[in-house]
Order: sequence, then C-alpha cells, then structure tokens
Amino acid sequence: MTPLLDVQNLSKNYGQRIGCKDVSFDLYPGEVMGIVGESGSGKSTLLNCLAGHLEPDHGKVLFDTKTDGLKDTVTMSEPERRMLGRTDWAFVHQHARDGLRMGVSAGGNVGERLMAVGARHYGNIRAQAADWLGRVEIREDRIDDRPTAFSGGMQQRLQIARNLVTGPRLVFMDEPTGGLDVSVQARLLDMIRELVRDLELSAIIVTHDLAVVRLLADRLMVMKDGHVVETGLTDQVLDDPQHSYSQLLVSSVLQV
Amino acid sequence: MITVKNATKSFVLHNQGGAVIPVMANGNLTVNPGECVGLTGASGAGKSTLMRMIYGNYLTQSGEIRVGDLNVAQAEPREILQMRKHTLGYVSQFLRVVPRVPTLNVVAEPLLQLGTPRDAAMERASELLSLLRIPERLWDLSPLTFSGGEQQRVNIARGFAYDYPALLLDEPTASLDGRNRETVLGLIETAKARGTAIVGIFHDEAARKQVCTREIDVIEFAPKAAA
Repeated sequence: MTPLLDVQNLSKNYGQRIGCKDVSFDLYPGEVMGIVGESGSGKSTLLNCLAGHLEPDHGKVLFDTKTDGLKDTVTMSEPERRMLGRTDWAFVHQHARDGLRMGVSAGGNVGERLMAVGARHYGNIRAQAADWLGRVEIREDRIDDRPTAFSGGMQQRLQIARNLVTGPRLVFMDEPTGGLDVSVQARLLDMIRELVRDLELSAIIVTHDLAVVRLLADRLMVMKDGHVVETGLTDQVLDDPQHSYSQLLVSSVLQV
Repeated sequence: MITVKNATKSFVLHNQGGAVIPVMANGNLTVNPGECVGLTGASGAGKSTLMRMIYGNYLTQSGEIRVGDLNVAQAEPREILQMRKHTLGYVSQFLRVVPRVPTLNVVAEPLLQLGTPRDAAMERASELLSLLRIPERLWDLSPLTFSGGEQQRVNIARGFAYDYPALLLDEPTASLDGRNRETVLGLIETAKARGTAIVGIFHDEAARKQVCTREIDVIEFAPKAAA
C-alpha cells in the first residue's frame, strides 16, 4: 500500500530560530495522526509547511495524487498546489473566521468550494450545501444566514462542512476544538470521528489537548523545541511515554 | 494464538531522577485457540502490564509477543491498529468514550469500524445490551452517566460485539451482581467454544475456576532483584 503522505526531513527556520527540524513520517489512508506539544514547539509551523501555507527550507512532502501518484508538493507548481488545496486537501483553522468568508451566507460558504472545482448548476450547489449543513447539524433554514450570526461552535461546524464538501482525502486541523466550550467540543469530536470513519479520511490534528488526541488520533507525535521527541500509537505514547518531555506532558494533565 | 517469549519490561522515570523500575523479566506465555488463561498474582505484580504489552499500549523492551502472525513487540503502529480491529479485543476495567455518544453506538462501534452495515451492527449491539440487562430506555444516553456496574457491562458488550479470534479481559466480573456475572461467564464460555484464545484477570476466584482452563502466576516473570 502506498502512503497517502510521506514526509522526509522537513525543516523550517525563522532566521536563527528553529521552527521545526528534520521531521519525517508517513500517513496511510484512513489514519488520523495527532501532533501535540507546548506552545512554540513547532506544531503549527509543521502543519503549515505540510499544507503548503509555508515554504519549508529543506525536505520533501510527498502526496499520493490521484493522477500522478506520489509527488513532492514542495516543488510542484503553485497552480497545482492550489488545486490540491481545493480538492484533495482541506484545512480546518482554529478560528473559524480564518477559514470562512464572514460576509457570505452559510450556503455560499459551502458552495464556494464547489464552484472552485467547477460546479455551476445553482440548484445542485444549493442542494449539496444544504445536505452538508445537515450533516454538521446546522438547520437548513439557516442556509441564508451569514456566519456572523452563528455561535462559535456553529461557525466551526460550518467550516468543517465547507472543507469536506469537495470530498478531500486529507484534512489538516489546527486546534479544531480549541476555544469551544466543552459541551460543544464533545459534539464536535463525535462528529469528526464519524466523518473520518464514514468517509475514510486521513487527518493530521494539531492540538495541545491530550484528551482530544486520545479520542481522535490513532497515532501521536510529540514535539518539543521544533524536534519530534516521540512517535507511536496514541495510547502507547499516553500510557507508556518514553521520552522525558512526553512523561512530563502526560503527568501534567489535570484529572477531572 | 497468543505467544509471549522472554518478554522484558521496565519503566524509566526521567522526571524522578531517571529511576528505573524493572517490572518484568522473562515473561513466557502461550494461549491456544479455545483456551482461557487466567493471570494471577498480587496487586502490582504485573498482570495488567502483561496484558497491555500484548495489546500494544505498553512497549516491550526485548523478547517477542505474537498475536496471530504479528510480533507486537516490534510492530508498526498501523499493524497494531489492524490487529486491534480484526484480531484482538480488549475489555478494560474502565470505559473510555467520546462524551454524549449514545450507548448503542458505543457498543456498535467496533463493528462499524470493520465496515459492518449499520443495521446489522445496531442489531448486534441491541442484542448484547438486552442480554446484559441494560434497560432499553438507557440505550440512547451516553454510558458516562451510568453506574459503575452498568458502565462495565457496556464495556463488555462492546468487547464482545465482534467475534475476535483473541480477547483480553481485565476483571470483567468485578462489579457485577450474580445474574450479570453468570451472563458474562456464559459469554466467555461461548467465545471459548468458538475457538477464541482468551487471557483474563479475575480476582473473583470462583469465576476464575469456572472459566479458566489454566492459571499462570505472573510472579514467575518478576525480575530477580525484586523477587
């Protein structure tokens, strides 16, 4: 089986400071990987390099494209990479505002991504948008409301609908449940899990919440100061951490 | 089905001056299909540790742990995930689920993961929940609101939803009343008859005597210095 994503020695510096250094891993279809670490450990830098939002200094990000098989997304042309971003990839931002158009209706937000890949029939676009709003539990009569009229949790669900409508194979998520209250968070977690299972998505989830990765991720990567200090099965890393930093991280979680 | 050969395990506590705690040296165990092997030994002797090493959430330092064809001690994460999906079930002492997910879905989850059609998975889940006497009015609620015994029965239902070729049972009868205890022991007998290889921890001695074909005291695997 070919991996969906094969990352080799990825490094990114900000001047003298290390963003992330020598990160290598692979991800297979249907797998969910969590990246944890404290603020400033390079999690988001890594995610942005993977998703093509930042240009890495070294390394390769090979993605199994539908047409040409494994292809390095770092060296591919900008139009090609943008096409991936609209079709096979999705990026869920921590703040829904960064991933939505706040001045456009909910239906328009979902429909825009469809139009970007060539859909033109208004009726079909609206029907698909309505279908996806339903899947993320947004009532259909809110389809013409703008996201500014939505609560934080609804905005986040709308962002997920907008991202998944084009049937991506790989979803990048940056703290998808950060900043939401816990009851909304639980519902969102359940929804993400079902979507991942039913659509056989692969996902890379950056978070600092160990409870979130325990429930969502199959595999876990622990980062510290730009380096990956430990990788493994999620429950193995959480139950039997090997590196001193992972041990500190796991033992610092508050019990509820 | 399950073979453990010369397995060793120690914990290194980096944040407590690098203290090394050896917990197992020379772990050896063979479980054939249709057998139920009971692990015995005092609390802290390493029963659960051995079980977690087999399940892959504890790393094994050296030696070999085979479940079917897979050497868990050296397997890639994705191989272990496949094993957990298809081969090895685990009923732990504690239920860990996404909050607010209905009990019925929690129990059906392992089947849905395997691509079982939703109706069939839900039907099997209902069957097990009825068998384990979870009242139907609770099926739409999250098991996190349940009592300890109910949670444990949900956990057992989930573990038995799919007929795994191998099963790990950590105290499956601990907080159950008489009738439910009998039901669970019945489920274990049925699994054995089907040819499932089972490793179990039972503090309930009568239960152990009833379902286990053999017993192994894990003190045999304790590191020499500590023994």
